Amino acid sequence: MTVRDLRVELRSGEDVVDQIGFDVAPGEILGVVGESGSGKTTVGTALLGHTRSGAEITSGSVEIEGTDILRLDPRQLSGMRGRVVTYVPQDPASALNPALRIGSQLREVMRVHDAYSGERDARIEQILADVRLPSDRDFLRRYPHELSGGQQQRVAIAMAFMLQPTAIVLDEPTTGLDVTTQAHVLETVRRLCAEHQVAAIYITHDLAVVSALAQRVMVMYAGRIVEIGDREQVLFEPRHPYTQQLLRAIPSVKERTRLDLIPGAAPSPGHRPSGCSYRTRCPLAAEGCAEITPGLEGIGPAHAAACLRLEETKAGTYKAPTLPDLTEVESPAPLVSLESVEFAYGDNQVLDSVSLDVHQAECVAVVGESGSGKTTLSRILAGLLAPAAGQVRFDGEALPSTARSRSPELLKSIQYVFQNPYGSLNPRKSVGEILSLPVAQFGIGSRGQTRDIVAAALDEVGLSEDMIDNYPQELSGGERQRVAIARALVGQPKLLICDEVTSALDVSAQAGIVSLLRKLVDESGLAIIFVTHDLALVRSIADRCAVLEKGTMVETGASSLVIDHPSHRYTRELIADTPVVNR
Amino acid sequence: MTKVQTDPDPETALLASAGGEAGVLATSGGGGRYGVAKWVARRLALSVVVLFLVSIVVFVATQALPSDPAEAILGRDATPQRVAALTEQLNLDKPMLEQYTSWLGGVLTGDLGDSLAAQRPVADEIGSAFVNSIALLICCAIVLLPLAIGFGAWSAMRRDSFGDRGGLGAALLVGAIPDFVIGIVMTILLATNVFKVLPAVALFPDGSSPFSHPDALVLPTLTLVIASMPYLYRLSRASMIEILESDYVQMARLKGVSSKRIMVRHALPNALVPTIQASALVLSLLLSGVVVIEFLFRFPGLGSELAESVSNRDLPMIQTITLIYAAVIVLLNLIADLLTVMVSPRLRGELK
Amino acid sequence: MTGSTSLLARSWKQKQTKIGTAIILVVLFIAIAGPWLAPYSATEFVGPPFTGSTSAAPLGTDVLGHDVLSRTLRGGLFVVWSSIAAAIVAMLIGVTLGLLAGYRGGFTDGLTMRGFDIVLAFPQLILVLIFVSLIGPKAWLIVLLTGIALSPGVARVTRGLTQEVAQRDFVRAAELMGMSRRRILWSEILPNLSSALLVEFTTRMIWAIGVIASLAFLGLGPTSDVGNWGLMINENRVGLPIQPLGVIAPVVVMAGFAVGTGLIAEGISRSMARIEGARTS
Repeated sequence: MTVRDLRVELRSGEDVVDQIGFDVAPGEILGVVGESGSGKTTVGTALLGHTRSGAEITSGSVEIEGTDILRLDPRQLSGMRGRVVTYVPQDPASALNPALRIGSQLREVMRVHDAYSGERDARIEQILADVRLPSDRDFLRRYPHELSGGQQQRVAIAMAFMLQPTAIVLDEPTTGLDVTTQAHVLETVRRLCAEHQVAAIYITHDLAVVSALAQRVMVMYAGRIVEIGDREQVLFEPRHPYTQQLLRAIPSVKERTRLDLIPGAAPSPGHRPSGCSYRTRCPLAAEGCAEITPGLEGIGPAHAAACLRLEETKAGTYKAPTLPDLTEVESPAPLVSLESVEFAYGDNQVLDSVSLDVHQAECVAVVGESGSGKTTLSRILAGLLAPAAGQVRFDGEALPSTARSRSPELLKSIQYVFQNPYGSLNPRKSVGEILSLPVAQFGIGSRGQTRDIVAAALDEVGLSEDMIDNYPQELSGGERQRVAIARALVGQPKLLICDEVTSALDVSAQAGIVSLLRKLVDESGLAIIFVTHDLALVRSIADRCAVLEKGTMVETGASSLVIDHPSHRYTRELIADTPVVNR
Repeated sequence: MTKVQTDPDPETALLASAGGEAGVLATSGGGGRYGVAKWVARRLALSVVVLFLVSIVVFVATQALPSDPAEAILGRDATPQRVAALTEQLNLDKPMLEQYTSWLGGVLTGDLGDSLAAQRPVADEIGSAFVNSIALLICCAIVLLPLAIGFGAWSAMRRDSFGDRGGLGAALLVGAIPDFVIGIVMTILLATNVFKVLPAVALFPDGSSPFSHPDALVLPTLTLVIASMPYLYRLSRASMIEILESDYVQMARLKGVSSKRIMVRHALPNALVPTIQASALVLSLLLSGVVVIEFLFRFPGLGSELAESVSNRDLPMIQTITLIYAAVIVLLNLIADLLTVMVSPRLRGELK
Repeated sequence: MTGSTSLLARSWKQKQTKIGTAIILVVLFIAIAGPWLAPYSATEFVGPPFTGSTSAAPLGTDVLGHDVLSRTLRGGLFVVWSSIAAAIVAMLIGVTLGLLAGYRGGFTDGLTMRGFDIVLAFPQLILVLIFVSLIGPKAWLIVLLTGIALSPGVARVTRGLTQEVAQRDFVRAAELMGMSRRRILWSEILPNLSSALLVEFTTRMIWAIGVIASLAFLGLGPTSDVGNWGLMINENRVGLPIQPLGVIAPVVVMAGFAVGTGLIAEGISRSMARIEGARTS
């Protein structure tokens, strides 16, 4: 597959992506990495000659087997799609037709391309075996909603490989899947691409996944390629400042590193700065960067980056400084203690006799996959759910189970930060109004002091006071999550419960939130319960961790000990399945 | 991931008010784990309960709330003897509960009482009117449903084209105008002033089939179809747009499925549920229009009977005709919900 | 860009809103100032029945020989005020119950929605008809019942939106601060519904005009010598072939009122779709 000068524009004429060009050889996987708004999905569908409504491909060529996809008439294009070049969607739950059975959706690919006539059932059986799915009648008669997320994605992958395509585009196919499921899907993709000598484009926001899968890597920022090259070159000798900073922002399960955030947020189409789009966030930005738009410049035989300061970036490092591992805190009495807490939805035992202590100035990570009960645990502590059995003690006293039955003092002491800052801030209220709510509700300070308290809270989370009149939708994801944390800090709580607080954020913003939370533990003596599915984060932030599997706590101990010397089978699996950036 | 900004369609807001798949199971009081048969039984029971409550409302509105129904019916200058006779005939001197139970008992056993104006049994009085109204309703449904749904889908496929914008604009203007005003305009255009091709009033002999007088059916049907068209057109256009923008339709395009096959195999099965629900909603709204339009064209149906009974204050007639209307709506919704569960694999799955 | 105030400002940029508002202002002017401008009283005989346009009566005379222009100018107030009032009643009932049902869920929700099932079992017009039939066509009763007949739609929309907003985490956050349910509904949830409810109000007004005008047409509006647009259409339609103006005049103002409202509703919902769209992307 050869792509040259691809440009996709909005109807208003602003470009979503521009000057996209690369080659992918048969059997090769090209990892396309970018944060939200980088245009990576737009590139992905453009390779099949498709755009979302409201945008169109205005120039460039996509050649597959010598045919330029973008020059075909609609009939010819349909003939190529699904046969020569195929697509694996981000969210199979919505990309499989809810009204059609799995079998007929699989068969349709062959039917519309007139392939395998007479032996379609055999082909379905074969391809389902390839993706490790059953192919019995019962399975084929199911509807998409009757499959698990991992199974749905395998069906989508089976469909993409059905007609032995030349090229395949995989658009974040593992987003939303658990690490163990992700590991299986990645393994399937790797095996099938190699076996069938398919040229694959794997789109993701996760550099660790790319490291585990791709031979070549392309980094995108604001609709442009900023760096492209072989895996080793891009990941271990990166030359674009963005690639370098991105790599420094990624936590590792292997060692604890200092996570540096990239300030600011990626600009959306139509709001991109002149010259180099990255200059507003780049530490090396100097004069000239605003005027000249850098093109890709060759560094090595198969390595190129788009930066005017390539000389200076030689000295730059992609490796974040290593930090000493966190150790268990010595403390007399726990601030919070859970004793044999149980919870069930109907017959489904969500938490089974879970006990856990958290001390002052300690961060305890609760780790698990979906269905492990980790969120339930945090919601019980917050008072959003009442446990079926067991006891929760806070500061030595029994904790009333629901928020409504807790005293204002208790409500103030235990604060909760939600997973998604896009939902946890009222879009109709300004930042100032949002932060004033707890001030008024808890009766903090005297009347005239509200603004000062709000300003102090903003300062504590590293935001400027000027933001007070902004509305959430005017802030980036990272900034929103900081506001949510500021709201929790206003009442000077003793315990902060953080429920997957970075999972909705880009890596660059995640790094900032993790550093901020750790600082709060170290400097203000706050206790934090950090709920996460990501073991790499655990090492960066938590003193201790507790691993949950299907409602049972299987392992607990100092983070570095648990990760380096896991004693339970499940923990070992989790660690093995967590992708890392390494040679 | 880049989300391209597009102008979302205000039409999709319409879908929210029309309800949809999600609401169907809720009407039976929470979706639990019970079989299809059990759900149907509960859904039927719910319809019966609603009809029972409807009968209470009808009774309260016509018999319990008016301070003296007999006087209201006969007028202020009625003789005391006549008032007493009527009070006797309608059991108005009995306690409320007894009045209600005897009335409801009558309804359930088929004894609907006597029309006060015609002095003969209500059942005889409205029999042919009922048939005529049903005929009109069926005519409307046969013309309206395919036309509005087809045009809506056509419009959705050519979103933002000249035809689509024109259709939306026309729907906006026509949709706002009250039914009878449309009827008047049609009368001016086709019957009395511009083209004098159709009768302005749809009179035909009592007892003869409305289908043997097709010219009498044309204007009422045309008016009701034009009046109901905009809403159903906009609903079906909005749901088709939602489907065409869905990930699974995009995915089908990326699999190389042709546009025609996408419409037939991918869009259509998913459009069934919203279409069924929207059709039931629009047909039940159309019943309001039927009353006025029958009155306007003097079409001898239930609506005309009701309008006349209201001006005559013919209590038993009003009660019966209202109950019939409510029963038709409840039946429409019941059929729509049953069809919805039949065509939706997800709902069927939840009921298993 | 928050709340419904800026929504109004934005929707003003839509040409539908401007045209709609212009039409509505003309109709309101006719309905309110009409009685003072009318050359004759509503019951004065100015010529033989169904006379066409003359210099004394530019719109001719009606079925009884009254001046059509004067009756059009005098007969608008009822339809106009009662439609607006009925839409307000529908909003008050629908929004209150929709909010409660959507936020509290469970029993409250079930009870409210089943209650609305009963209202929905009647065609809107007929619900008003049965009450008016024996109690009498009192203006307040017509307004109240039209409002009730239209409230299930409002409630359904409000409930759906409330459920959507109530499951967002900022509502959880408010609950965790110990905020009272009433305050959460009023100051956290309701502001998020304001734009949608504004659209809902204008849409329900179109329905209200339909129901109330139809009632008037059936002769079930409040009885008065002045008459009203709906009644005029009914009375004068027998003269359509010879004096169509007696019907056309009230039809034009009534259609103008409905279409003007429809245009405003469209303008607001278009600009809302734009704001909400920009926000989610």
